[in-house]
Amino acid sequence: MKFTLSWLKDHLETDEPLEKLADKLTMIGLEVEHIDNKAEQLKPIRIARVISAVQHPNADRLRVCMVDIGDGGAPVQVVCGAPNARDGLVTIFGPPGTFIPGKNITLSVGSIRGVESRGMLISGAEIEISDDHSGIVELPADAPIGASYVEWAKLIDPVIEINLTPNRQDATGVHGIARDLAAADMGKLKDPGIKPIKGEFPCPVQVSVEDATLCPGFALRLVRGVKNGPSPEWLQQRLTAIGLRPINALVDITNFMTYDRARPLHVFDAKKVKGNLTVRHARDGEELLALDGKTYKLDPSICVIADDHGVESLAGIMGGEASGCDENTTDVLIESALWNEINIAQTGRKLGINSDARYRFERGVDPAFMVPGLELATKMVMELCGGTPSENVVVGKAFPDDRVIDYPLSELKRLAGIEVPLPEARGILQRLGFMVAGNGPVVKIAVPSWRTDVHGKADIVEEIVRIVGVDKVPMTPFPRGDNPRKPVLTTLQSRTRRAKRALAARGMVEAVTWSFIAKPHAELFGGGQRQLSLANPIAADLSDMRPSLLPGLIAAAQANHDRGAGDVALFEVGQIFKGDRPQDQFTAASGVRRGFASSQGLGRSWTGAAQASAFDVKADAFAVLAAAGASVQALQIAPGGGNNFPAWLHPGRSAAIQMGPQNVLGYFGELHPRALEALRADGPVMAFEVILDRIPEGKAKATRAKPQLDLPAFHPVERDFAFIVARSVKAADIVRAAQAGDKRLVTGVTVFDVYEGKGIDPDKKSVAIAVTIQPREKTLTDQEIDAIAAKIVAEVTKKTGGTLRG
Amino acid sequence: MSDLETLQSQILADIAAAADEAALEAVRVSALGKKGSISALLATLGKMSPDERKSEGARINLAKDAVTQALTARRDVLKNAALDARLASETIDVTLPLRDAPADAGRIHPLSQTWDELTTIFADMGFAVAEGPDIETDDYNFTKLNFPEGHPAREMHDTFFFNPKEDGSRLLLRTHTSPVQVRTMLSQKPPIRVICPGRTYRIDSDATHTPQFHQVEGLVIDKGSHLGHLKWILHEFCKAFFEVDNINMRFRPSFFPFTEPSLEVDIQCRRDKGEIRFGEGEDWLEILGCGMVHPNVLRACDIDPEVYQGFAWGMGIDRIAMLKYGIADLRQLFEGDVRWLNHYGFKPLDIPTLAGGLSS
Repeated sequence: MKFTLSWLKDHLETDEPLEKLADKLTMIGLEVEHIDNKAEQLKPIRIARVISAVQHPNADRLRVCMVDIGDGGAPVQVVCGAPNARDGLVTIFGPPGTFIPGKNITLSVGSIRGVESRGMLISGAEIEISDDHSGIVELPADAPIGASYVEWAKLIDPVIEINLTPNRQDATGVHGIARDLAAADMGKLKDPGIKPIKGEFPCPVQVSVEDATLCPGFALRLVRGVKNGPSPEWLQQRLTAIGLRPINALVDITNFMTYDRARPLHVFDAKKVKGNLTVRHARDGEELLALDGKTYKLDPSICVIADDHGVESLAGIMGGEASGCDENTTDVLIESALWNEINIAQTGRKLGINSDARYRFERGVDPAFMVPGLELATKMVMELCGGTPSENVVVGKAFPDDRVIDYPLSELKRLAGIEVPLPEARGILQRLGFMVAGNGPVVKIAVPSWRTDVHGKADIVEEIVRIVGVDKVPMTPFPRGDNPRKPVLTTLQSRTRRAKRALAARGMVEAVTWSFIAKPHAELFGGGQRQLSLANPIAADLSDMRPSLLPGLIAAAQANHDRGAGDVALFEVGQIFKGDRPQDQFTAASGVRRGFASSQGLGRSWTGAAQASAFDVKADAFAVLAAAGASVQALQIAPGGGNNFPAWLHPGRSAAIQMGPQNVLGYFGELHPRALEALRADGPVMAFEVILDRIPEGKAKATRAKPQLDLPAFHPVERDFAFIVARSVKAADIVRAAQAGDKRLVTGVTVFDVYEGKGIDPDKKSVAIAVTIQPREKTLTDQEIDAIAAKIVAEVTKKTGGTLRG
Repeated sequence: MSDLETLQSQILADIAAAADEAALEAVRVSALGKKGSISALLATLGKMSPDERKSEGARINLAKDAVTQALTARRDVLKNAALDARLASETIDVTLPLRDAPADAGRIHPLSQTWDELTTIFADMGFAVAEGPDIETDDYNFTKLNFPEGHPAREMHDTFFFNPKEDGSRLLLRTHTSPVQVRTMLSQKPPIRVICPGRTYRIDSDATHTPQFHQVEGLVIDKGSHLGHLKWILHEFCKAFFEVDNINMRFRPSFFPFTEPSLEVDIQCRRDKGEIRFGEGEDWLEILGCGMVHPNVLRACDIDPEVYQGFAWGMGIDRIAMLKYGIADLRQLFEGDVRWLNHYGFKPLDIPTLAGGLSS
């Protein structure tokens, strides 16, 4: 919402300076976004007279002008390209140093085609005071040479733009803004009242409304014998200042009323209207060429005003070209109506029209001002264009229900923590147009018709608080009381937090990627279902909710590779979507490693750094699981491949991490080359993904004390074994078999060597394990240890077919 | 000089001349071995008279002790020399560079760090943390929050929608974290004191807007909380979060459908070449919106507005992170550029605490 200071002062008697008014506007909820003080910017521009204009020696279209700038000195030489630069013309001149907003340049002394030019003669468009760029400004011959142009032309009117919240339709007009300022002690509202204008004859055009829910009220009046033409200077200046283009007096009046009184109107050229007006739903196939020059296809959801020709106007949004007013208009129909807010918003959205009328009607205009608005417009039409008015035709309810709020005076203290004495509160409310009856403890407050946003006690509190000033509300300490100091994070939140720190502690870098990814990428990871596709994505490659964090991470890793940083270890802990219900959203902890980004560190090193391998990401996955509280001993590794295994992983170099046969906590391994190709990423890439929600919740402990420490009295014994087994035998099976050798005394089995190659059959491998035997009751004899070793060998042989390496 | 003395001095001279432990051992054997010169002298004692044996024995034993001591001393000297010589040859290039320790190389994203910081501050003020789903219903995201159907306030949200279901309803990506307020009020009885951090979405993309962003919502519902408390909490939070002794805040009336009265909050700051100082300067920077929970919202969540009241606020986590840590372009938060992450990220052991400081 834009307006000028002098426009505001038409409605507000005030001596307050602009800055103070602007600050107050912001502090009462009408946030000033911008003040355009053109007077300041254009100050150096003076009125000047062209003494002589002669042809430029080196350019056909340029003239060399000698200009009297009224400073008593010698004439100034200016090169000018305007066709109207001629001897004796009084125009405007910008000396070097002047900023020219229309060209976004600051003038300096220059040479144009070899002729010095010491300033500029200026067009209206160049300083954004009009659209005229056909030539330099032409002023009356008696304009004072040397005077400041902005002062002479009364351009010293700052333009104020406020960022209006959608509830305050009443402030879409200058009058409403002035009322708020008056309530906040910034002056006195000028409100002389509106006198009805008596009609001289019955309105020949009748109005029928087919659907009163779309059009609660409609007022119409004819003014006959008007003379339309350019509107007066003051009106044109007002409209130009706020960025509107003056058209003709009748149209300008409607725009003026829109901004002055928040009352959009429409004017029809009565001679172009055939028969009576009907407010109705559009019919399928109907079209309208609107005033913006575009043709709109209509449907029955759209409310229109039609005559015997058909649709003449998009109700409350924009008029039609065919019945518009121009300089030949002699009879004008003025419409002031009420429209259904939701329908206006929907129609505007559907047709893509953002008009000043829509802006106000979808917020809900003052219903009680429908007829007074028409009266005021009629008065203006008669003043500017003459003519004889008809009587009003009014259809529908002109004024809806009266709202009266029972307001306990204690409410202000209760909600806002501040006390305002009743007389002061009453004064504020009355200046805002409310009526307050009674002295408490509960008063009755009548809400003015233009405050369609006020419905209850809390709204009244807001009105008082915003005018008194929110800064007057004292800050009040908010003690935490005796609430127990318990952890405030949920299990999942704690897991998330710990997972992030655990992965970063393994040298990985946390990325945050988009929740939505390209559909083919989503499909690759089991997503892309219809219910997870956005109907209005911001870009084609951000269309589907991610079923996994990995597509985003792989893309980020590849982008880093493309930038020359190929050794990257990235992780993310965030939401993934397996369906559209709340319980289908999970928190995943995932990571990728590529190039020389192994657990030992980034890049190559003299220590013998290796490329990232599946075992690095296996370790990452286990680190996350341990940090998130999973019982790592209880986890099983199910090797990859097979029908139900994710196709994005290399079948031979990947696995699922499970807790029992059903609960898959996650996956790790090398990315499948086909998946990488689909993601347009260079491999190899190692990845893991763990779903934190799937970790079973640990049992709540009654005490924080740790269990008793069990320190055995006897030395442990370590024995090494090397087994020759088939290549397909899993190390985990050998370890498990060795543990089964003596479940009580074998307390540890580690694999310390795996060998394939020379000296071993090609389809075999050697796996060496170290077994820790912990005696319990007594030191073991050599025979007893040998017996255990024999059982271990027998068990491994039985489970894996392995033989002890000779 | 007697023979014994001559022998002793000869042996001592041999000991001193021994160049290594093997030579020294040869000297020892020739003197003290079974057939050694001193052993031979001791063997002669048996043939002597008791008196002679007494005096000669003492002399020979003295010589033997002297030789033994000299042997030990010389052995220590030779052993140390040998060790020194070995160590002198055992050198490593101590200037070979280290690899970064993983805990030094890893990074926590500035958003995660900020998340932890604000959780820490609000936990200290007695707030629990609530969360809700990103995919929401129109009812929770708008209707229960007092956004009337078709109201322009809905349009301000630039909502991402999913495809309509068979019954015509359509889900959306939450445009703010406020639906978590609704979920909290529907599932808990007052008094309520929660913050709700989470990811939110709007169709918007430029240097200061991204289609996904993060908010932290705060909600207090009880029987006495008012605007004064709200102002105090936000003021305390800003001081703690920005780690400054004082901060000037401006509370302006505004409009949100779900609060009444509604306020927007600016903080005073000075911006100079990308650096921001708080508590000084001419700029007012908007950081959050807040207000008293609208009675219609309370009613929609089965809470009686005549008995209970409270307030709520919503603040951009990305925005306050950018402000605090001098991040210029919002879009870089989501690009995964390791150069950016290494620079703006935090080390894993930089865990924000109130005792140790949030960011130091």
